Amino acid sequence: MNARKRRRIAFVVSLLLGGAAAAVLVVSALQDNVLYFYSPSDVYAKKVSAGTAFRIGGLVQKHSVKHDSGMTMKFVVTDGARSVPVEYKGDVPSLFREGQGVVAIGRLDGAGLFQADQVLAKHDEKYMPPEVVDALKRSGEWQKGQ
Amino acid sequence: MPSLFEFANPKKFMDLSGVLLPWLVAATALTMAAGLLLGFSTPPDYQQGDTVRIMFVHVPAAWVAMMAYGVMTVASIFGLVNRHPLADIAARAAAPIGAVFTALGLITGSLWGRPMWGAWWVWDGRLTSFLLLLLIYLAYIALNDAIENETRAARASAVFAIVGAVNLPIIEFSVQWWTTLHQGESILRKGGPTIAPVFLWPLFLMALGYTFLFFVFWTIRIRSEILNRRARTLLEMRAG
Amino acid sequence: MNDFITQGGFAAYVWPAYGISALALALLGFWIGHEYRQAKAKLAALATLERDAP
Repeated sequence: MNARKRRRIAFVVSLLLGGAAAAVLVVSALQDNVLYFYSPSDVYAKKVSAGTAFRIGGLVQKHSVKHDSGMTMKFVVTDGARSVPVEYKGDVPSLFREGQGVVAIGRLDGAGLFQADQVLAKHDEKYMPPEVVDALKRSGEWQKGQ
Repeated sequence: MPSLFEFANPKKFMDLSGVLLPWLVAATALTMAAGLLLGFSTPPDYQQGDTVRIMFVHVPAAWVAMMAYGVMTVASIFGLVNRHPLADIAARAAAPIGAVFTALGLITGSLWGRPMWGAWWVWDGRLTSFLLLLLIYLAYIALNDAIENETRAARASAVFAIVGAVNLPIIEFSVQWWTTLHQGESILRKGGPTIAPVFLWPLFLMALGYTFLFFVFWTIRIRSEILNRRARTLLEMRAG
Repeated sequence: MNDFITQGGFAAYVWPAYGISALALALLGFWIGHEYRQAKAKLAALATLERDAP
């Protein structure tokens, strides 16, 4: 290998390192902004003040979905450790289910209730035909959403 | 001696690719036909219903979009280090193909996201970094076209492609590093895939078909560029 | 057959996903094929020129 080629390789390596360093800088400068949502534990830890718009994500707590009069519904978002009650008026996506992942966009009111403008369902990474799910449930090996 | 080296390889490439291409086309047609057949005979997913079939065109498009960029980066490194014209041609030829697959990944993902998530688009880490991939492809193509001198265009765009490659691990690990709406990794994860075999097979076959298709398109574009450069050399010889 | 068309009520999303994918890849294929035929024709024309006019 001659000196010229060695110099070129050093140049390519410096490009890769430079690109990586720039990316690390940008990402660390963005910090929390790169997170798409906060978990209920994050909400408590950061003491998010009422009225600040953010996204909260977690699982819809089992047996927590309640439909009030009209289109208004209430449910609880939990991450196992902490939970936040959510109020929402409107249609929910077809993946929205108890025990499933959810992301709500809105703000906390003075009473600690999260007023959502929009509710998105988060899909997990499991893909199964219904028969397999039934079989798993029958054999007792099914732990949905936990 | 180096000039002989440079001349011989494009010729070798033309001979070899001419033989391989029909086989590659046949492999593409076979794997895609099998993938489509299996893909439309699966039961619906227990949660996604029939939209699981969108995955069979979404995941392969996203995979090829990233693979094409990887291929472009490797070719760019060879172009910069070895100064081999075939490497320059190969890098340049991959870009528009990669851009189309990236756009398809975005569009099919959007068509899945609307009924499942409840949104066509969200600005989470995965979707944003993947959109950035499309922008990087477009900027690469623009840069390559903007510089008149062939060699200089190849050098400049190779530098750009290598720096832009930092986006690939960001796309891949975005779903682990940050909270995203996009689901986590289903196939290459610890503890094995979380996709039932009935869905994994069509997904695998379609991914293979898309990969073959990329190589078919890429090979033909490299061949076109070699022919174009031969024609240019002939013209220059006449003029000179 | 009907299930195939309706896609469990998701026809409006499943079929466009396949349609757009097929259309985009077909157009890309045509463009790449066109590029190749053009390059071949140009080179062939130049080669004839070269042979006929020394």
